[in-house]
Amino acid sequence: MDIIVCIKRVPETAEAEIKVDPNGKDIVKDTLNFDINEADNYALEEAVLLKEKFGGKITLISVGEEECEHILRMGLARGADDAIRITDEKFSELDGFATAQILYSVIKDIHFDIIFTGCIATDDGYSQVGPTLAELLGIPHATLVTSIEVKGGIARVHRELEAGLLEAVDIKLPALFAVQTGINKPRYASLIAIRRAASKELKVLSSKDIGLEEPRRKIKIESLFVPPVTKRAEIIEGSPPEAAAKLAEIIKEKGLL
Amino acid sequence: MKIFVLVEHRQGKVRDITYELLTVGRELAEKFNGEVTALLFGGVDEKIDRLKKNAHHIILVEDEKLKNFNAELYQKALVPILKDEKSYIMLIGHTAFGIDLAPALATELDVPISTDCVGIQIEDDNFITIRQMYGGKLNAKVSFCEPGRYIITARQAAFPAKDGNLDGKVISMPSPVGEIDYRKFIEYVEPPIEGVDITKADIIVAVGRGIKDKDNIPMVEELANALGGVLACSRPIVDAGWLPKERQVGSSGKTVKPKLYIAIGISGAFQHLVGMKGAETVIAINKDPNAPIFNEADYGIVDDLFKVVPVLKEKIQELKKG
Repeated sequence: MDIIVCIKRVPETAEAEIKVDPNGKDIVKDTLNFDINEADNYALEEAVLLKEKFGGKITLISVGEEECEHILRMGLARGADDAIRITDEKFSELDGFATAQILYSVIKDIHFDIIFTGCIATDDGYSQVGPTLAELLGIPHATLVTSIEVKGGIARVHRELEAGLLEAVDIKLPALFAVQTGINKPRYASLIAIRRAASKELKVLSSKDIGLEEPRRKIKIESLFVPPVTKRAEIIEGSPPEAAAKLAEIIKEKGLL
Repeated sequence: MKIFVLVEHRQGKVRDITYELLTVGRELAEKFNGEVTALLFGGVDEKIDRLKKNAHHIILVEDEKLKNFNAELYQKALVPILKDEKSYIMLIGHTAFGIDLAPALATELDVPISTDCVGIQIEDDNFITIRQMYGGKLNAKVSFCEPGRYIITARQAAFPAKDGNLDGKVISMPSPVGEIDYRKFIEYVEPPIEGVDITKADIIVAVGRGIKDKDNIPMVEELANALGGVLACSRPIVDAGWLPKERQVGSSGKTVKPKLYIAIGISGAFQHLVGMKGAETVIAINKDPNAPIFNEADYGIVDDLFKVVPVLKEKIQELKKG
């Protein structure tokens, strides 16, 4: 079973303070850590699990500058066979469609049974690249996938709906699955595998190589801003013991003890 | 400008997001001097009087195959309705259904799409959507590069539903959808609750990503015990396998309405907030002063949770003895 996994390098923002940069269209990134997008990390593991079961080859693809080689090498160390990085000066301010178009330009010439993406990127939150790519390739897809079982060219997947409900859906391969976080337990690479992956050659492709002079952008970020605050918590000041004591009193006054 | 709204329904009932979309749709229709058409595929098991109140027209495509959502079949039903329209806004919920459907639909129709929107506005004749990025820490103003046709997916509960007083006419259309062999809905699966039902608790202490390690969770559980409450969590804790799914608060987990909700190391992504909005009193402990959870909380401590939680537990125990 040949599998392609599309991965993205993103800043870790869940636990960090975020600031808008002076041009107002991006965030200040030099103080942030970067890593593989969370859902993509689960997508990668799902690919490795299927390869262990069915054999075949895993190809990783990422659109990005040199820094994103780190996540590609980590993916190679975890069990992927090849890695492709697509990069070009023209590939800036990409929206979901443009990213999908770039990926399509490469993937259309590669054999695959399954393409994996994450179901959402923690930076832009578009949730768009997977289904868009599937449509460009003319293959079926399922998003928010929380389990996959492949049998005879059909994948039985669970999709996560609202309020804990799931739906079971059968999808005929080749297909694209946008994976939800929590679908598996991503493994860590061994030191030996990391060392081996460090010297592996990555394929680097430019816009010319993929025959896409200018990806088409359909939406544009005009500006970023801090969401207007409608309500704000009363912040309890003081050292941790002082603040905790005040908070405990508040809980008591409300009759909650 | 025509406004189309996809009616989202599940297990025979119209879902709330539909009325939120129809409310947005009517506001847009007023601005653009247009009309709202609700698209109901497959039919529902309830009366559609409320839909009629909220849309000028209802296009009804009755087809057993469309009773359960199927992105591929819904796309096949939508394309013939939209493909010859030159000027429209198509509104779809940013739900498990909409996420599966809208980007592929936009691609086939070659129409720009803005996903997960929390606001829609007109600025200098430009059509602008507001959407959140970085887990709700920032908002983005997003414009469309190609004017005329727009697909927008709207976040749940971002636009309050207000009922209209229209008398929508139902137009029945034959189903354009044939048999397909590449995607088939099988069934709904409801995971059983095996342990604690957190929806019944009066006091919930919820833990999030800030806890960093499974071994730190007992510290939070002790606080929950001291308060006589139950331990719950946000999604990353379940994803990591540290707590079972039934403890998860949020859009894909449980919706809770306790008297007291204490969020510890939870930044407050939208998906979590929708699950705990109904709590009477909310307290947040987080080291990031800009974490969105502080916009939902009544009281907050901006500090290291590892310093605050153990002393808070002690103070609670003292007061209880007291």
